[in-house]
Amino acid sequence: MKNIDSKSHVRGESVYLDDIPVVQGTLYACVFDSPVAHGKLKSIDKSAAEKSEGVFRVITAKDIVGENQIGGIVPDEPLLADDEVHFQGMPIAIVLATSEALAHKAAKLITAEIDELEVVTDPRVAAANGDLIVPPKKFVMGDTAAAFANCVHIFEGKTEQNGQEHLYIETQGAYAVPMENGGMRVYSSTQGPTAVQRAVCRVTGLAMHQVEVDVQRLGGGFGGKEDQANAWAGIVAVATQLTKRPVKYALHRMEDMRATGKRHPYSSDYKIGLDKDLKIIAYEASFFQNAGASCDLSPPVLERTLFHCTNSYFIPNVTATAYCCRTNLPPNTAFRGFGGPQGMFVIESAIAHAAEKLGVSPVEIQKKNLLQTGDEFPYGQIADSEAVTSWTQADDKYDFAKLQQEADEFNAKSKYLKKGVALMPICFGISFTKTPMNQARSLVHVYTDGSVAVSTGAVEMGQGVNTKMAQVAAKMFGLDIGHVRVHTTNTLRIANTSPTAASAAADLNGKATQLACETIRDRLFEIALPLVEAVSVEELSLENGFVHRNGEKTSLEWQTLVMEAHLQRVSLSEHSHYATPGIGFDWTTAKGHPFAYHVYGTAIVGVTVDCLRGRYEVDYVKCCHDFGTSMNTAVDLGQIEGGIVQGLGWVTMEEVVYDEKGKLRSNALSTYKVPDIYSVPKDIAVLALETDRNNLAIFNSKAVGEPPLMYGIGAYFAIRNAVKAFTDCSPAFDLPFTPEKVLMNLYE
Amino acid sequence: MIDFILNDQDICTGQPPGTTVLDFVRYHKDLKGTKIGCREGDCGACTVMVGELVGDQVKYRTMTSCLMPLANAAGKHIVTVEGINPPDGSMTPVQQAMVDESGTQCGFCTVGFVMSLTNFCVDDTAKTREMAVSAIDGNICRCTGYKSIERAGSVVSGQLSVVSSLTDVADKLDLAIKSKVVPSYFSGIKERLAKVSEKSNRQPTTDNRQLQFVSGGTDLYVQHPEHMAESDTTPLLYDEQLRGIRDVGEHIEIGGSATVTDLLVSPVMQSVFPHLYKHLKLVSSTPIRNMATLAGNFVNASPIGDMTVWFLALDASIVLSVASASADASAERDIKLRDLYLGYKQLAKQPDEMITAIRFKKPGGDFRFNFEKVCKRTYLDIATVNTAISLSVASASADAFTITDAHVSAGGVAPIPFYLKETSAFLTGKIVTEATIAAANEIMQSEISPISDVRGTESYKRLLLRQLFRAHFYEVFGA
Repeated sequence: MKNIDSKSHVRGESVYLDDIPVVQGTLYACVFDSPVAHGKLKSIDKSAAEKSEGVFRVITAKDIVGENQIGGIVPDEPLLADDEVHFQGMPIAIVLATSEALAHKAAKLITAEIDELEVVTDPRVAAANGDLIVPPKKFVMGDTAAAFANCVHIFEGKTEQNGQEHLYIETQGAYAVPMENGGMRVYSSTQGPTAVQRAVCRVTGLAMHQVEVDVQRLGGGFGGKEDQANAWAGIVAVATQLTKRPVKYALHRMEDMRATGKRHPYSSDYKIGLDKDLKIIAYEASFFQNAGASCDLSPPVLERTLFHCTNSYFIPNVTATAYCCRTNLPPNTAFRGFGGPQGMFVIESAIAHAAEKLGVSPVEIQKKNLLQTGDEFPYGQIADSEAVTSWTQADDKYDFAKLQQEADEFNAKSKYLKKGVALMPICFGISFTKTPMNQARSLVHVYTDGSVAVSTGAVEMGQGVNTKMAQVAAKMFGLDIGHVRVHTTNTLRIANTSPTAASAAADLNGKATQLACETIRDRLFEIALPLVEAVSVEELSLENGFVHRNGEKTSLEWQTLVMEAHLQRVSLSEHSHYATPGIGFDWTTAKGHPFAYHVYGTAIVGVTVDCLRGRYEVDYVKCCHDFGTSMNTAVDLGQIEGGIVQGLGWVTMEEVVYDEKGKLRSNALSTYKVPDIYSVPKDIAVLALETDRNNLAIFNSKAVGEPPLMYGIGAYFAIRNAVKAFTDCSPAFDLPFTPEKVLMNLYE
Repeated sequence: MIDFILNDQDICTGQPPGTTVLDFVRYHKDLKGTKIGCREGDCGACTVMVGELVGDQVKYRTMTSCLMPLANAAGKHIVTVEGINPPDGSMTPVQQAMVDESGTQCGFCTVGFVMSLTNFCVDDTAKTREMAVSAIDGNICRCTGYKSIERAGSVVSGQLSVVSSLTDVADKLDLAIKSKVVPSYFSGIKERLAKVSEKSNRQPTTDNRQLQFVSGGTDLYVQHPEHMAESDTTPLLYDEQLRGIRDVGEHIEIGGSATVTDLLVSPVMQSVFPHLYKHLKLVSSTPIRNMATLAGNFVNASPIGDMTVWFLALDASIVLSVASASADASAERDIKLRDLYLGYKQLAKQPDEMITAIRFKKPGGDFRFNFEKVCKRTYLDIATVNTAISLSVASASADAFTITDAHVSAGGVAPIPFYLKETSAFLTGKIVTEATIAAANEIMQSEISPISDVRGTESYKRLLLRQLFRAHFYEVFGA
């Protein structure tokens, strides 16, 4: 089953924000944004811009009718800078003109008088200044202080992790169209239609029932359009409210890159203690998260760092503390993995550090400490673990020892080319860690011609969620998928949605769709009973467009049954609600059962480093991954391959560079490099973990969006091993491992 | 007015010649299949096919429409996805392969890949999996991790194995039409282009006092997009007078508007540079190589211009000519390429002069050349440091080499693309030994003046050049 959008994609007929037919009278917005990272905004001179050709109006903070605020968790993010600017790229004024080019031209004519204040870009400096966005968060299990006293080996160190630009190929954007009675429809490239609706209502003062948010699809999201789409929707909404005109804003790439937040950089400290048998007895970590200028989603990202700070290992004594540090960078935000990768990198670094000092392979330590079913996570949940099975199945299939031996033999013969191998187990919790967000709704209509329309809260952004929703409805009704159409994500049809995030959209919205279809199906079965002379609905099923009785096809067609139900005045529509059962978390104790289930896997990553030039290639990523029972192997394989490559990018070439003034230097595709077709692993092999455990996923298929990204972390350690094979060195645990860092470690 | 064919439609437009083809197709022709990803030629979402009449054949190459002025579309066949979509709503074999292999996720980059692979089906390259991948080396996808797209490319190249036995483009096009890779109207394009080309060859009636030359546009549209969109550009890319790569006895002479792809496919260049493909693959991407010209690269004066560094190591000369039609031929002058650069983006060239030709001495005897480049991403990236070397060598025995002539250049280590004069002079007459390389490096390090920037720190650039200099000898003389 291919992604149902494939055909319109390859024919160029799929509609993205900038492809929506433009309504007559549309104005084009362009933002004048702050040229400095921190300062007092004294005055704005917009006179030249107002006189510029085609300019309709220039809007500043004082024009905003509602509240000048879009901060969701903490109200610390003005839509337009008012008295202070907090990062370079922060919107100050909105220019509206009759064309995009004229709006951009006029925006360049605006100037602002800003008294510069001290710029902080380092999270440790912010923490030392006491500038935390929320109080520190802490997970404690056992007693690390006591446990360290019993450890034979103790190692301490520090890691640095850089951010990551989402680089969705479609930039951010929104288009607001005025409706009757002061309301508006907002098209937005967002993962969170309800978040956009709330932000729009806040800045305009409108009630939520006056604002319709509609999302056809995104040209990539990866977390970057979860909260960060709100500003652009807020901007066009404010402009539409003030001008009564449709207003559109599709950002240019450089505007997008400088104004939007990225994956959070972290600076972290660790202390790991092992016994004589290499069992990890105690682990302490402090995470300094670079949150940027405002809260955005930083606290839940920080929390997930804690949730995954021990990756797929059982450690009986853990103290992990995390600090949400305010700096003068754009507000950093969700990015596939949502803090999880940052937590995992630190424990993997600690293990690599210990192995290096003890003269053993890190694999030995990793293997000895894998989570077993029944082990407790530092947050109190009891593991239903596949860590050992995925490790064993990966090893059986790909033979780690043989791959390591091949690398060693190659290295013995080769002067400048060196191979490195590393293992990367993962364990990733599925559910929003904020329990109330684990709910979803689905609206299913069956029309009298037998066709089916599905609307859910899930946003399609390439991950194939609409395909999975269509599959659920088709399966429930025994229809070919061609009978089902999944419609735009729209706040009038589905209200109060959770964002499409946390790898949870297919589960939550799929379950809701399943419930809606079940309800309609059960009504239809009541109609069908006399028609197929059945006694009980238990005898009935829907398959291949016909009612079946005791597995035998009857003459009653789907379409006939549907029409009959309609004639008997039985509803063919249903709006269903699903909430994940059995989950919860108590922050007062920092214990609970936050996740519906975990996804496990183990990857082996092999690289070759050219030690003459400092370049490297990834030879292979071979993994055993826990799909549960995949609903769609083509879609899921795509998520795994794509996730791995995105993770590789983060640990290798993707380098977000800000200067000390908080100016983004890697501000375009020419200076920020994501993997191209030649930088991907020559071989990606994926083995489906064989397991028959039940779980809370839709049709027992496990979530697949985020977990594979973390296999990419293995590339960092594989490169490190190759570098160490060339020369006796101990490269700092400092992401990303750019060719520059490789060469400097090889020779300096 | 600018005349060209857009898909199946004859276009005669009065839009400013500096308007990008991307804006024209999306916002003037409402063809929304071509996407905007970066507007700087780095993502490939806006890739179109550009057909040009060469002799009696139409040759197609991919270009990024975001950097292509309408002026460069004159007399050409511009093909967007709407121009290859089967009218019956079905899919071409390329589109089908992308679907079958799940080569599309969010879909935003997809059309660019489809256009690149479709062009691969009708161009002159070998129909192998490797070349199919090469055809999409300028397309960035953030969703798939490329493996599925590689598989689609593999399927397409497999299907095209029949084509590989046919060398002539007309046949390839015929075959492409028969196999529904492109629609049947492509068969009439040759005749239609001949008529359009006639029209577009008419002398412009306005004078060119504005002198906004543009060749490929691959840097001007990145640096000054607003200015370029409004400017009255004078296109040079397809000026027949400025193209061609010729062996003229003592020298090889190359027209200023020769593109990197022109070099890549030139038998003359291939005979001089055995590793031409491997080296030029390190230069940008297929669509950019199809647009970027040598003169543009030289005049741009980027301290890390790949082709500039390449030709500095050949100690090439350039011919500067005054552009206006009234100027006589005596206004032409020859200078060494290395003498063109006075300081950062400062040229020993008058505003009305342009580079019409490049000449370098045809190598004889034991000539050895190497080009090295390291960046964050090996391909489709701008160099942190690049360097080229050309050596004439006399060998007393199989492993004793004397350098009789040496030219070394490097980019990213000075405000200009840098000819390493002292290093080159030092090497001349030396026997190749570890000690020679080490001593030359000492001199080289004293010649250069790299600065720390987004592409690397000063100390890294110094180390990197040392290593790449070593790599030259490793490549040229073996371990």
